[in-house]
Amino acid sequence: MNKTSGLLTRKAISRRSVLKGGAAIAGATAITGFPTVWAQNIKDVTLTHTGMSYSTIADIARQASQDLGFKVEMSVVDHPGLTNRMVNDPKSIDIADMEIWQSKIVIPQGVTQAVEIAKIKNWGDLTPLYTEGKFAGKEVSRQGDSPFEFMYRDAKDATGFAGGPTAWASFCPGFYNADTLGIRPDLVGREITSWADLISPDFKGKAAIQNIPTIGIMDAIMAFEAAGQIKYGDKGNPTKDELDQTITKLIELKKAGHFRALWNTFDESVNLMAAGEVVIQSMWSPAVTAVQGQGVKCTYQPLKEGYRGWGNGLGLMAHVEGLRLDAAYEYLNWYNAGWTGGFIAKQGYYSGNPTSAKAALSENDRGFFYEGKAATADITSPTGEKTNSAGDLRDGGSYEERFSKVGVWNNLMDEAEFLFAKWNEFNAA
Amino acid sequence: MTPAPTANRSLLPTYLQVAPLTLVLVFFFAVPVVLVVIVSFLKYQMLVGIVAQFTLKNYADLLFNPTTWTLYLSTIKFTLIVLVITFVLGFWIAYFLVFHVRNLLTAIGLFLLCTIPFWTSNIIRMISWRPVLGREGLINSGLMKAGLIDQPIDWLLFSDFSVVVAYVHLFTLFMIVPIFNSMARIDKSLLEAAVDAGATRWGVVWNVVLPLSKTGIALGTLFVVTLVMGDFFVVTVMSGGLSGSATSGIFNDLQFLNYPRAAANAVILLIIVLLIAAAIFRLVDVRKELVR
Repeated sequence: MNKTSGLLTRKAISRRSVLKGGAAIAGATAITGFPTVWAQNIKDVTLTHTGMSYSTIADIARQASQDLGFKVEMSVVDHPGLTNRMVNDPKSIDIADMEIWQSKIVIPQGVTQAVEIAKIKNWGDLTPLYTEGKFAGKEVSRQGDSPFEFMYRDAKDATGFAGGPTAWASFCPGFYNADTLGIRPDLVGREITSWADLISPDFKGKAAIQNIPTIGIMDAIMAFEAAGQIKYGDKGNPTKDELDQTITKLIELKKAGHFRALWNTFDESVNLMAAGEVVIQSMWSPAVTAVQGQGVKCTYQPLKEGYRGWGNGLGLMAHVEGLRLDAAYEYLNWYNAGWTGGFIAKQGYYSGNPTSAKAALSENDRGFFYEGKAATADITSPTGEKTNSAGDLRDGGSYEERFSKVGVWNNLMDEAEFLFAKWNEFNAA
Repeated sequence: MTPAPTANRSLLPTYLQVAPLTLVLVFFFAVPVVLVVIVSFLKYQMLVGIVAQFTLKNYADLLFNPTTWTLYLSTIKFTLIVLVITFVLGFWIAYFLVFHVRNLLTAIGLFLLCTIPFWTSNIIRMISWRPVLGREGLINSGLMKAGLIDQPIDWLLFSDFSVVVAYVHLFTLFMIVPIFNSMARIDKSLLEAAVDAGATRWGVVWNVVLPLSKTGIALGTLFVVTLVMGDFFVVTVMSGGLSGSATSGIFNDLQFLNYPRAAANAVILLIIVLLIAAAIFRLVDVRKELVR
């Protein structure tokens, strides 16, 4: 390789330091077994992992850089920012941490390459939610864009999705969760059992909904269906007429002053909840953890109509090749080998490899986050703040309980263009 | 007039001297604007991107869509309110600085004081209004502790009020500076003459100061109008996403890679702002004043 001759001209210093470094890494990774690629110049590789704020966390990059011997850097963008960058500036990203429905936009553009399943060593351990579309033996709800529908491609540079399992995956399973509404149990005044409570007049002026059209509309749809105000055929793919009715009702609520605010990033939702501006709102799990970490009571309330499921996948950009591609596969293997699963569990998310994630957690954390058991000691957030005390149960119960109740998946519906136009109307009203 | 051959030779240095600025304007202003206009006539296909076909659909979509007009109306509403408030504040602050502060050094010092906040990020200065105006914020807690109100005042934050407060906070300086500039050029003896002729304080302001600072007011107006009409961030953050502006409409389109329609919207916005600028410059001949 030409690259090695360039490096070797810097001679003994670099080789010595690499050997020293290599010995250090060998010691540090005796437990994890990484890195497995021993190229001398892999330490000069930098991978850019780009994604949204809830999954693209600096701590993961730090641990990866430590364990793997090359550098991983995190770059945070918002939902539209990611698709924009992937299509318009693909060279600035190596690993794209995208939501399943975003793959519908970017894969036909040809900016990603399929992941060779044979190179992912722990593929067999990865959750069947993604790989087979099943959970606990039963088929998972196909309403919306479920991970399985977009999991496979026919070839490395195919721009469409395969109907079933092939040797090429569109992405490597990342984090996923089932979302619901967040509430302030101390301010809300009564029991919350249904999505309809989001639009209940009891909370006029104290509710918020997320301003991301594709996700905010799902929360609205769940609420209106639960309240019996609108009927939907397929909640995950509503018709123009159903969307029209939904937005009209949303505008009515907005004009009546029902919504205190609409939030775009999850930090805004944390501020809204912690400051008591809202008592019930669309929320993401890390936001709930962040509010709890501030010492404010916040519950991620399980509701009888079920959850809104979502998932992320790590996509590989088309331009990554050679040594960087090897490093990228290293990273993808490492990502689902346990550490990240354990780390992100404390944010309430689940790992693509639940077995290894559970193994990486302490018994207390495992019991609380995955198994639905009461905590035996204080539970802390990923950044160390206390979020729950001993004896608390996780909202929503165990992993199995949660995922057997997914009502609909986050999606990019067929009528998406119409949705965006209508959502603009909602924003402008 | 110089004879032709000599004229041609002596023009080269002139061309070279204007070349840098012209090139900058061409590459960083003219070319992008032309690109935007071109893109606004192209077709957009969802999940694919821009398709190189000529279409007027984008303009038709925008011009016949009531949402567009609602957003523009909302933007113009904010622009007018902010204009009036910043004008009143800007004019009187500039007046105070020019005519009431005797020491030039103090005047410059106070003027710099106005600009120091700009050393901090715009975004931070805007967001820091939230803990002040919120339900459990500074103002509400203060009023509740003083016993003046029982329930926190809702409309302080996430409303038109908070948007206007943020705009005024951020853009008043852009009124102060040009007006200060114009006023500083007013010959103080004119004011003495007016007083001698029997004018009251108000009369002096109305008849002497105001007309002579017309240029500054016009420039300040132009700054504020352009800034408010081109803004989407302040309005989104301070209204909690509840209000939109023309530019937030463009941003929403960009979110889904709908460049053609965003470009069309941008062209419409540009035309409207240019019309406003033209109107301002018809009322006030800025060039004449600047060359004084």
